[in-house]
Amino acid sequence: MAQIDAIVGWKDLPFGCHVYEPGSTAKFRTGDWRSQRPVLDKEKCIKCGMCWVFCPDMCYSQTEEGYFEANMEYCKGCGICAHECPKDAITMVPEED
Amino acid sequence: MGKRVGIEVSIAIADAVKLARADVIAAYPITPQTHIVEHLSEIVANGELDAEFITVESEHAAMSCCCGSSAAGARTYTATSSQGLALMSEILYHPGPMRLPIVMTVANRALAAPISIWNDHQDIMAQRDIGWIQTFAENGQEAVDLTLHAFRVAEDRKVSLPMIVNIDGFTLSHVIEPIVIPDQEEVDAYLPAFKPRVRLDVKKPVTMGPVGIPEVYTEAKMAHNEAIKASKRVILQGWKEFAEIFGREYNPVETYRSEDAEVLLVTMGSISETAMSAVDAMRDKGASVGLVRIRLWRPFPGPEFRKAAGKASVLAVIDRCLPPGAVCGPVGAELRSLFYKMPGAPKIFSFVAGLGGRDVTVERFEEIVDKARAYAKKRPTELYEVIGVREI
Ligand code: SF4
Ligand code: SF4
Repeated sequence: MAQIDAIVGWKDLPFGCHVYEPGSTAKFRTGDWRSQRPVLDKEKCIKCGMCWVFCPDMCYSQTEEGYFEANMEYCKGCGICAHECPKDAITMVPEED
Repeated sequence: MGKRVGIEVSIAIADAVKLARADVIAAYPITPQTHIVEHLSEIVANGELDAEFITVESEHAAMSCCCGSSAAGARTYTATSSQGLALMSEILYHPGPMRLPIVMTVANRALAAPISIWNDHQDIMAQRDIGWIQTFAENGQEAVDLTLHAFRVAEDRKVSLPMIVNIDGFTLSHVIEPIVIPDQEEVDAYLPAFKPRVRLDVKKPVTMGPVGIPEVYTEAKMAHNEAIKASKRVILQGWKEFAEIFGREYNPVETYRSEDAEVLLVTMGSISETAMSAVDAMRDKGASVGLVRIRLWRPFPGPEFRKAAGKASVLAVIDRCLPPGAVCGPVGAELRSLFYKMPGAPKIFSFVAGLGGRDVTVERFEEIVDKARAYAKKRPTELYEVIGVREI
């Protein structure tokens, strides 16, 4: 299951379950839901950034060499990046363990 | 001191919302709620009330608007009926756990099919578990008073929960009654400005209504349920303060000639007035009959009801709702649970009556009492009975 930094009892839940910290979703590491992961073939990649644009979880960040790398702590394995990549540089491979 | 006038109950409710100085009204017209929101739109349009009247495209949108405006810290009101309440359903479950104190009038009406614009309680019973505080009015004065009470309670920081005032469609909504319309100063003294605990604010960002993963969902539900249960203290306090300012007293459960009564009718809403006439008629004939009326439906006032039922040996519970395939009507089921295995508990018989505008007359109440008495001696084969249904 997802990792949560603060598991609390019902009395300590914030009023109305409101969340006061902007961007706190970053604490929810959704990567462990994944059944397959994107694997990049650097030979084919033209560094266009379409994977970065389309990833619904904003997993991608650009490396110093200009490639785009997905953060596996958040990647859900949806395969959208692989589908959108104009060069078929991304392959979805099953998570083995 | 307020002014006693002859006025249609819907118009009086709209006036109460004006006196409560609602900031936002988002509503879609539907029979028999229409006159309430129609009159409110006039009041806003002619500048009598400084509010935003949002003419939405559906009840789903109306309730969505209400959630947003309440979250922004505005005193928020809406009203609906029947199919409109059903169309709101998806959104109705949000403001409770999110602690948004919206106030809504439900002009109770039957649900299709067959299409019926007439009165019963099936619309609200289908939404029984939405997690709102719910009261039922008996007459026009009570409809006005409970509306003011609803704002007072819902917005109390200790409560911060949405609240429904149920009024019977047509029997209340379209009837002209003598009603004391309170003075603005009295209402202002009763109802402080809405100061929400949290509001949407760009300078202090907050996420309302986030996802509740399995690790927090149960706790969130528990917190909401405990808030509903704890609201009873403020509900009672709200009625106490109401009596001090306006001189009219309200309790979670009311009784009528119930002392030493052997059989008690149990009702909710406007049929209780006919039930009182029926009790008088039966008492005149020497029958030991009384009435208990439930005003506060959620949170259910268990201890108050037990006290009101006193030592009666038979309860004849009337549901204005027929839940198909269920063991009995919702009020009957509630009371059977309440008294289950309690020492000295009364025998409880469940009756369904007054569906889709069918009148429940004094004679019908007498029939119900006679049947309940007979069943107390000889157990009925069914767990509830539909009253007044034609067999041939
Ligand atoms: S979309 Fe494909 S080609 Fe473009 S940057 Fe991503 S992996 Fe490289
Ligand atoms: S598989 Fe989906 S979640 Fe993972 S990096 Fe690609 S687009 Fe993002």
